[in-house]
Amino acid sequence: MNDETLFIEGGRVIDPSAGTDGVRTVVVRGGRIAEVSERVDKPRDARTLDARGRWVVPGFIDLHAHLREPGQEYKETVESGARAALAGGFTAVCSMPNTYPPNDNASVTELVLARAAAARMARVYPVGCISRALKGEELAEYGELKEAGCVALSDDGRPVMSSALMRRALEYARAFDLPVTVHEEDLALVGKGVMHEGKTSTRLGLLGAPAAAEEVMVLRDIALAELTGGRLHVAHLSCAGSVRAVREAKRRGLAVTAEVTPHHLALCDEDVARSGYDSCFKMNPPLRSTEDVRAVREALAEGTIDCVATDHAPHSLVEKEVEFDLAANGVVGLETAFAVCLTLVREGVLSERRLVEALTSAPARTFRLPGGTLARNAPADVAILDPVRSWRCEPERFQSKGRNSPWKGALLTGRCTQALVGGRIAYELTEGER
Amino acid sequence: MREQVVMNAEAIERHLKRMAREVLERARGGDLAIVGIRRGGVHLAKRLRFDLAQASGKEVPLGTLDIALYRDDLSERPNAPVVGPTDIQFSVTGKTIVLVDDVLYTGRTVRAALDELVDFGRPRRVLLVVLVDRGGRELPIAPDVVGAQLEVPEPEQVEVRLVEEGAGVDEVIVRTRGQA
Amino acid sequence: MIGRHRHLIGLEDLSREEILLVLALATSMKEVLRRPLKKVPTLRGKAVVNLFFEASTRTRTSFETAAKILSADAVNWTASSSSVSKGETLLDTARNIEAMRPDLLVIRHPAGGAPRFIADRVGCSVVSAGDGAHEHPSQGLLDMYTLAEHFTRNSGGAKDGAPDFATLSGRTVTIVGDVTHSRVARSNLHGLLKLGARVRVCGPPTMIPPGIEALGASVYYHLRPAVEGADAVMMLRIQHERIGDPLLPGTREYSKIWGLNEKKVNEWLSPSCAILHPGPINRGVELSPEVADGPRSVILEQVENGVAVRMAILYLLAGAAPAEPAEGAARA
Repeated sequence: MNDETLFIEGGRVIDPSAGTDGVRTVVVRGGRIAEVSERVDKPRDARTLDARGRWVVPGFIDLHAHLREPGQEYKETVESGARAALAGGFTAVCSMPNTYPPNDNASVTELVLARAAAARMARVYPVGCISRALKGEELAEYGELKEAGCVALSDDGRPVMSSALMRRALEYARAFDLPVTVHEEDLALVGKGVMHEGKTSTRLGLLGAPAAAEEVMVLRDIALAELTGGRLHVAHLSCAGSVRAVREAKRRGLAVTAEVTPHHLALCDEDVARSGYDSCFKMNPPLRSTEDVRAVREALAEGTIDCVATDHAPHSLVEKEVEFDLAANGVVGLETAFAVCLTLVREGVLSERRLVEALTSAPARTFRLPGGTLARNAPADVAILDPVRSWRCEPERFQSKGRNSPWKGALLTGRCTQALVGGRIAYELTEGER
Repeated sequence: MREQVVMNAEAIERHLKRMAREVLERARGGDLAIVGIRRGGVHLAKRLRFDLAQASGKEVPLGTLDIALYRDDLSERPNAPVVGPTDIQFSVTGKTIVLVDDVLYTGRTVRAALDELVDFGRPRRVLLVVLVDRGGRELPIAPDVVGAQLEVPEPEQVEVRLVEEGAGVDEVIVRTRGQA
Repeated sequence: MIGRHRHLIGLEDLSREEILLVLALATSMKEVLRRPLKKVPTLRGKAVVNLFFEASTRTRTSFETAAKILSADAVNWTASSSSVSKGETLLDTARNIEAMRPDLLVIRHPAGGAPRFIADRVGCSVVSAGDGAHEHPSQGLLDMYTLAEHFTRNSGGAKDGAPDFATLSGRTVTIVGDVTHSRVARSNLHGLLKLGARVRVCGPPTMIPPGIEALGASVYYHLRPAVEGADAVMMLRIQHERIGDPLLPGTREYSKIWGLNEKKVNEWLSPSCAILHPGPINRGVELSPEVADGPRSVILEQVENGVAVRMAILYLLAGAAPAEPAEGAARA
């Protein structure tokens, strides 16, 4: 199917990398983008895909997802996660290394890549550990990880508490030109907190973790990035203090980037209360105050936060259907990201172009990944999205094994109808799915 | 500040030829090797070796000795003296060593050279050959073959100049000490 | 004296001429090493005290051998064996030793600046055998001597077997390893630049100190570009565990990326490129055994030249009249 030419017609092509926004025909040939233009010579019996009324964009790239394999296949596998990605319009996803065993060596990296290749769903880019076995004591072998195919380094799930280790990690990573994506929380300040420390946590009687716990680590790591010349990427940035720090770092020209999750853009700590202590509203970093939400929204719109990343974190009922204090942190997000972010467009927080950029060219640029563009000769990773299609979010029908979504039961607008990977239609929303 | 030539090129050559014949007589058939004491004895040793070869038809091995490491006056000098190369490629043991220097004065240089020489092995004999013996011995050292004997009082210096060392002509001069 | 210097603390202090003075003298000293009777009476009656606050068999033995060939009396004093463990300060130790009237102190200490500290407070000459990560001047000198010997041999040999130190000019020398903690790297850097060579340093970014470029070195994080086109490669010993500072993920990855094995040597180094190592070698980490024992290795020459260079240093500093005590040095 790859060698046959495909004409995607009638759709609104939004490609921020090329500045395109308008009705175009996208021609896919040999697994690559052959042409994007208003008028195209098309043979009569050519394969076509009717994209009228829909957006045609570069396939989304998620810099942050937990695919749980190896070790916790009951929560998700590389295959189910890669399929969930496509259903959400993501043709590429970076898989975090906090698996069992953790991805601190070539064998685990190769396993993830082999599973992804066999699944033939979204592309999977493995992220390697910062520290051996995620213990936060010794460096992992970044040379080996890079050679095996890792595109970034992270101890996500845990912060790197040792400043000495973080410093050395940023330095050592320079030899392999790998970005270091950091989960920022000072464990001592977080203590036993299970949600954001503020009016709502007081009202609910739950121990809170202050936003400062994130901010102090962001400030520390920005200083270390400056010291070492390393590439720092702040994962799931959630509060106003972190935004200020990143904004200042960028103003000074440091190699610092940041991402934000859809749930931190759309929900706040009061939603924990509204949900009635529902653990689908429990994640780390927690949902923050309305001031923090306003700050991250502004930051995303202006570019201080470079991109949107889902932090897709599937858990099973065993981990989530327990009292709030004991529930595991995390929510799934691949299949709802587009719809949630579209609400920001409707509320006037983001332009449509900025939304697409935050999911395509921005993540590609941040981790220096291929894709995120419909430029000529780029791999034909394309997402076709229906921006007005309404659908009820029913987690039982997710492609992901995870059911822990704060949007369960909600009526959402905006959905991916087709996704192409390397020119092949790897996902198609069947009419049976509402 | 006068310089006086006490031996000219022709005389030097004449002496050397005669010294070569004397060495052969005194050697009594021993296995010869020539060692020149740096720096003044080096080129004289080479010339003597040539003259010996002319006289005997045999070319004998040639070595160089630098005595800096054997000096007895190191403690009195503010700066350690420059050490040049010592180069003795043959075995000293059993040989009749012809030790060559330009001027014999206090005898301390020869004393150091003898100490160094016997660290290389056990010569059968050492014949001391100098171009000029100027007297003024401070140690009981006596030359075996001498070019010329000169009484040169204390404040005056004797200098042997050879064209191999860059001089214009071969000559031996006497001058007052202190002149450059 | 080495030129104007009564002490040898580092190569940063020496001028080009002073360095050449020591190196030229080492040639004569090397000849003594090759004699059947390896002894000259030059420093007879002089006492050389090795004051080693850090364990080191090879350097200490090298200095001791050098002293003994020159007929000096060599006395060894090692920290573990004595008063430091009883709480005596560095200064008191040195003063006490000095009261026994040595002619020269050879000092190795884990703190940078310790030899300078001692030199300013005692009357005899002081030679640094290595202070912390600061300098190891005799090592730098013997490395340069070995390099000049190698380059002279490769360009057709010298007339009288002596190395021509002008051959160092314009050459490229690459130093690979933990440059941050290496006094050998620093001494070589200072010395080689003064003799006209170009210096590259290479290692994981965690082991390249800030400001090394300002000192004159070019920095490389990858081995191949660092050694391609180099005339000599100097491999430093790796100590990957430093308490509280995780510099490396272990020696396995270091060896894979920055170690020299036969394949890399044959593909990336010219046949005339010399390979040096200050020792002791971690075989299989910095160098594979085939490379350490291979045709480009001049490691054993380094050891021999080390004795000759140290003889030259001792001769210059101890073989002369005792100098006036340092200004302000309190004499009991």
